[in-house]
Amino acid sequence: MKIGILALQGDYEKHTGILDELGLDSILVRYPFELIDIEGLIIPGGESTTLTHLMKRMNFYKAMTDFANEKPILGTCAGLIMMAKVVNHHLVKPLGLLDIEVDRNGYGRQIHSFTENLPVQLNNHIEKIPVTFIRAPKITKTGEGVEILAEYHGEICAVKQGKHIGLAFHPELDGVSIFHKSAFIPNSISSNKEKPHAA
Amino acid sequence: MSKGQLEVKIGLAEMLKGGVIMDVMNPEQARIAEDAGAVAVMALERIPALIREEGGISRMSDPKMIQDIQKEVSIPVMAKVRIGHFAEAQILEALEVDFIDESEVLTPADEHNHIWKHDFKIPFVCGCRDLGEALRRIGEGAAMIRTKGEAGSGNIVEAVRHMRKVTGQIKELTVMNQDLLMARAKELGAPFSLVQQVAKLGKLPVPNFAAGGIATPADASLMMQLGAGTVFVGSGIFMSEDPSPRAKAIVEAVAYYDDPKKLSEISFGLKKAMDGLEISKIPDEERLQERGW
Repeated sequence: MKIGILALQGDYEKHTGILDELGLDSILVRYPFELIDIEGLIIPGGESTTLTHLMKRMNFYKAMTDFANEKPILGTCAGLIMMAKVVNHHLVKPLGLLDIEVDRNGYGRQIHSFTENLPVQLNNHIEKIPVTFIRAPKITKTGEGVEILAEYHGEICAVKQGKHIGLAFHPELDGVSIFHKSAFIPNSISSNKEKPHAA
Repeated sequence: MSKGQLEVKIGLAEMLKGGVIMDVMNPEQARIAEDAGAVAVMALERIPALIREEGGISRMSDPKMIQDIQKEVSIPVMAKVRIGHFAEAQILEALEVDFIDESEVLTPADEHNHIWKHDFKIPFVCGCRDLGEALRRIGEGAAMIRTKGEAGSGNIVEAVRHMRKVTGQIKELTVMNQDLLMARAKELGAPFSLVQQVAKLGKLPVPNFAAGGIATPADASLMMQLGAGTVFVGSGIFMSEDPSPRAKAIVEAVAYYDDPKKLSEISFGLKKAMDGLEISKIPDEERLQERGW
């Protein structure tokens, strides 16, 4: 199975290592037509204003929302911002794939960036993982149908809606693969944890 | 929770990859940069080409000017300190700039010592001309390295020289036997543990960007193809005839650096680039890259 990583700007290369580890093939996506060949997409961290500029320039919006109707998207940090419904900045045009509102840099400037160990609830299973927040966005509002996967001091920082996952932090910087696995090979998780017969 | 450790500093450098960091001198230029898709801005009172023209001592910018730029844009704001001037760096940390450039573009404050960057919670970027210089700065705590190039020259030749030198020296390390590395570390004047690490990784342990002389989309593409994680553009945008379209073009050129057809489209009809300088015409004492060691 081949997963695409949107490679317009940001730490897209870091995601290839995680996909490798899961035995998934990956391609870097720079043109909308490349979405045709893939079974899932990652929108990596970077700057959402830059991503907006390049996604507009390359006509990615319609192609990506169409893609999202069929296949899963995982967004980290700027990727989460791009997947939101509402973002508090005029230069960012989000895709509206997750029914959430997002405050860019909600945790402050770089000096407030941090690492932490957080419990995450995924597929009825709780696991504590290391997380890295870099000038991270804050999820300020979630709609119905949005599943909360993790909170940091009462602030929601990881969500799932339908097949899509959005994270305020960077699992790719800590070698954490559970979100990639859940988004792109969900059956393997449920087969391991809950229903061994379903594999 | 932990803040300010090296991983978190390098984390921001990773996020800047493939995005353009633009020198700006006021909030209006910062606005143009952000609107054009810049990934960060470098706030400084005089861009290198003007420093060259006007001469005099160049220092850290006025905190008010930096703060005005921080208020204007939502992307990361970087600022420069003089080499070795840790008090300027402490002030920038108090201002909460996102990245500090300990830069040869400003007049050095210390001829022997660079800043001990591990003492700060804010990440630093430093310039280099070769692998030894890069590893000395990383040893002091730099979270990002850039080529020095020749700032304010509009001439790419020095950035190319420095990038080729660094990547060539890295490649040499990867094929060396373990028993040769200590002697090589001595020759490079670099910390041995970092030399070992680079020999194993085949790359620097922090992102390696290009700076110093980038003036066109093709320059940006060249540096990306030579292995830069991304580019800093100093005088190249705001000393050109029409900054906004050029800024956008360079942003796009970095994203599509290996697509010549797209690059020709991007470069089409841009007005005049900045006037450049022949490196041989710059007197030795005015060559900014010679500052620092």
